[in-house]
Amino acid sequence: MEYVSLFVKSIFVDNMIFAYFLGMCSYLAVSKNVKTANGLGLAVIFVLLCTLPINYILFTKVLQPGALVWLSPSLAGVDLSFLSFIIFIAVIAAFTQLVEMIVEKFLPSLYSSLGIYLPLIAVNCAILGGSLFMQQKEFANVGESAVYALGSGIGWYLAIVCLAAIREKMSYCNIPAPLKGMGITFITVGLMGISFMIFMGIQL
Amino acid sequence: MAQNLKDTILNPILKGNPISVLVLGICSSLAVTVQLKGALVMAISVTIVTGLSSLVCSLLRNTIPNRVRIIVQLVIVALMVILVDQILKAGESTYAIDKQLSVYIGLIITNCIVMGRIEAFALGNKPIPSLLDGLANGVGYGLILIIVAFFRELLGSGTLLGFRVLPLSYVPNNLVILPPFALILLGCIIWIHRALDKDLQEK
Repeated sequence: MEYVSLFVKSIFVDNMIFAYFLGMCSYLAVSKNVKTANGLGLAVIFVLLCTLPINYILFTKVLQPGALVWLSPSLAGVDLSFLSFIIFIAVIAAFTQLVEMIVEKFLPSLYSSLGIYLPLIAVNCAILGGSLFMQQKEFANVGESAVYALGSGIGWYLAIVCLAAIREKMSYCNIPAPLKGMGITFITVGLMGISFMIFMGIQL
Repeated sequence: MAQNLKDTILNPILKGNPISVLVLGICSSLAVTVQLKGALVMAISVTIVTGLSSLVCSLLRNTIPNRVRIIVQLVIVALMVILVDQILKAGESTYAIDKQLSVYIGLIITNCIVMGRIEAFALGNKPIPSLLDGLANGVGYGLILIIVAFFRELLGSGTLLGFRVLPLSYVPNNLVILPPFALILLGCIIWIHRALDKDLQEK
C-alpha cells in the first residue's frame, strides 16, 4: 500500500515538471511533436529507473555517514556524503553512455529515431534531481527508490506528451508575434501546472 | 580585440540572454525564486560555477578526447559545484540558505547554461574570453532570476529580502507563491523582451 501511495504521489503531486521544474530544458526543446516527445519520455523513464536504485545502493553503502561499517568497524566515522554530486553524475553519465552504445549496436532503428536526445539525457536535471531527492527523502529500501524512480519518470513522460499534444494544436492559433514560440509555451506550462494542482493532498 | 571582449560580456546579458532568448537553464532555477535572498545566492553560485568551469575546460580543451568529453565536462562542473556547496555549508549565515535551496545547488551541475557555454564557447576559445563569457552568462541568468524573485516575493509575501515593503493590510497573493506562477511570469518577461526587440521574435 505504501508503494502505491508513493507511486501515485510521485506521478501527480511531486511531479518533476510542475512541482520542481526539473528537466525543463529538454522538456521545452523536444516537445514540438508527440512522436519525439514519446521517445524521449520513454528513454527518461528507463534511465531514471536504472540509475536511481544504483545511486541508492551507492549512497547507503558507500557515501552516507558511517556507511562503510560493512567494510570494517573502524570506518564508522567516515562521511563521504560531500562526494555524492560527483558520484551520482558519474553513474548517470556512464549509464547513458552505456545505454547509447547498446541501443546503437542492437537496436539501430530506435537509435536513429531518438538521435541526439539519448546522450542529452545525461544532462537532464530530472535524472540527477531524482537521485538528489532520493538522498533527501531517505527511502527505507531499494524497492521504494525504484518505485519513486518509476513514478517520477512516468510523471515526466505524461507532462512532455501532454505539452507536445497542446503545442501541435497550438500551431494553428493566431498568437501575438512577440509571444510566439517560447513565451506562449511557458504560459501553457504554467496553466498545466495549475491544473495538476488538483492532485495536491491526495492521500492513499 | 577590445570590441570583441565587450561583445562577449554584453551579448549574454541582453541580446543573447540565456533564459529569455536561448531558453536554457530553466531547469533548476525557477523553484528558488520564491524569496529574493535564495535567488541572489543561486545567481551568484551559478555565475561562479559557469565562469570557473568554462575557464578550466578552456585550459584543457586540447587534451580532452572528443568521445568522452561530456563526462569530463560533467566531472569538472561537479567539482566546482561541490566547492560552492561546501563553502555555502561552511558559512554561518549561508547555511540556512543552503538548506532552503536544498537539491537545487546540486542541480547546477546539470544546468544547461553551464554545459551549453562549455560546448559552444569554452572548447573553441582562449581561457580569458571563456572565463568572461561564463561569468557574463551567469549574470544574464541571475538577472532574470532576480526579476522573477522580486515580483514573487513582493506580491506573494509583501516583503523584499525579508523586510516588509507593502503595508500589513496587503493580503498576500498565494497564487504567486505556487510553482506555476513562476512560469507564467517568465512567459511575460519573454513577451516584453521580444516586444521591445523585434529581431528576437519567432516567425
